[in-house]
Amino acid sequence: MDLNSFFLMRHELLLLVIILLFVTAEIVIPRKKKGSTVHLAILLFGLHTALGFLTLEESSLFGGMFRTNSLIHFFKNVLNIGVLILLLQSADWLQKKIEKQNRGTEFFTLLFCSLLGMYFMISAGDFLMFYIGLELSTLPVAALAAYEIMKRKSSEAGIKLIFSAGLASGVSLFGISMLYATTGSIYFQDVIQVITTTNLTVLGFVLFFAGLAFKISLVPFHFWTADVYEGAPISVASYLSVISKGAAAFILMILLFTVLKPLMQVWENLIYVLALATMFTGNLFALRQHNMKRFLAFSSIAQAGFILLGLITGTQLGTATVVYFVMIYIFSNLAAFGVVQAISQKTGKENIVDYEGLYRTNPRLSLVMLLALFSLAGIPPVAGFFGKFFLFTAAASEGYYLLVFLAVVNVTISLYYYLLVVRAIFLRRGDNPVPHFSNQLYMRLGLAFTVIGILVLGLYSPLYDYIYELSGVFN
Amino acid sequence: MIPGISITEILTLSTILFFIGIYGFITRTNLISILISVELILNASVINFVMINKYLYPDILQGVLYALFIIAVAAAETALAVAIIFNLYKQTSSVEVKETETMKF
Repeated sequence: MDLNSFFLMRHELLLLVIILLFVTAEIVIPRKKKGSTVHLAILLFGLHTALGFLTLEESSLFGGMFRTNSLIHFFKNVLNIGVLILLLQSADWLQKKIEKQNRGTEFFTLLFCSLLGMYFMISAGDFLMFYIGLELSTLPVAALAAYEIMKRKSSEAGIKLIFSAGLASGVSLFGISMLYATTGSIYFQDVIQVITTTNLTVLGFVLFFAGLAFKISLVPFHFWTADVYEGAPISVASYLSVISKGAAAFILMILLFTVLKPLMQVWENLIYVLALATMFTGNLFALRQHNMKRFLAFSSIAQAGFILLGLITGTQLGTATVVYFVMIYIFSNLAAFGVVQAISQKTGKENIVDYEGLYRTNPRLSLVMLLALFSLAGIPPVAGFFGKFFLFTAAASEGYYLLVFLAVVNVTISLYYYLLVVRAIFLRRGDNPVPHFSNQLYMRLGLAFTVIGILVLGLYSPLYDYIYELSGVFN
Repeated sequence: MIPGISITEILTLSTILFFIGIYGFITRTNLISILISVELILNASVINFVMINKYLYPDILQGVLYALFIIAVAAAETALAVAIIFNLYKQTSSVEVKETETMKF
């Protein structure tokens, strides 16, 4: 292996350098000057994101443990953009709350470690690398969820996250051990050739699936979601719902479409049932939420159900629509969480009732929220509509008409509760509305990027064609 | 290979261990006990990996290597969980599950 092939891991190496820089900064920079680490983090990560767009050839390293191709490369860039927006949105919170306790650099170290885990997870070429990536992406987030050490809810969120994560990874490992027993290898390329539908393989697959289902919070494994989102700091909840879920959905798609393709008869039925259960549970529970973070948590569970609609197909169209939908979902949810964070940061209010009359005092924030909610609900001019439409097309083209019909019913239910928030913001006057405030520059930039993302992804169609072209690599 | 013991017995052991872990995870009311239950589940899969490697595919040490990594990651996970439990203990002076019930549906 020469030096040149080592640069296939460019994303990982660059991020590792940044992490090491922050570990050093923790020691070297004196306490009084730590306030500037937020700017440093945004600058360095912005640079990392920009460098990520350089082209990369398709290959694999370490005897097939690590692989990369154009779609994986593209998705890493999407994750980068998501994290950059998240950093911009949380800069204010970090400066006002966390820097005072002198814990800013730790936050960045943990956040970037988790992102590094996701890189390794999505370019994993065997079950070992996949497992390590999964754990590396989950454990730092549990620490981040418990980050506000003075708040009891935050510790609670951390405990719930790490116990659920531990259980899920344990169950999933037990499943992997069964797959190993039947196939005799942990490398994906060897497993594909020998895997067949035997009883032990199916049991192993189901247990293995449970681990990933936990990460994207599909229904039997969704109980941690709402509690963790409510208790954790908003930027961490946003990270969990957007980046973490996006990466897990992506790797689940790759695994189902390549390694576990011979088991397709099994996972088709499994996903059919889970998609319905996830959509209905997420939507019906979202109806009765009063806290904005819990509301977004259940909405994100419902969105995971829609992602499954694309996964059930197993075709190139399915791959393209899932990637496209996840991209749109990242931008829309970041916008919604960004507005919640801005308001919570200035006023500490997080309930839907507190949003009444927001349009009269903060019209621009309200418009961002409107776009985000319309995009999540799937109303035509914005990107979310096209994302859902393509997903439904993909599922319908494989003949799942009943599933698509029930998904459309769910879209209607979801429209009701998204519009409840819109009504509170625009039509209600409210006794005690949020006072007018102006945001910091970073927050404005973060929100502006999400709005551009929502609009451009919906209106600029060559982007979808590009994704469709890239998706050919897995079929 | 252990003389006189077939793979069936060992897999039975690991499966029992796994379900003890699941049972403990659901029924225990102490956070530390739940942590122990998670460890049981992880160790059940460690036994599985090592024994499947030893009995079925003794040529390449993939399963053993996997087991080593599971142990390392499990240690990290436990350390982090204990740290978070400490943090909760500082605020509530208790490690019972009922202390983590302020957020509910």
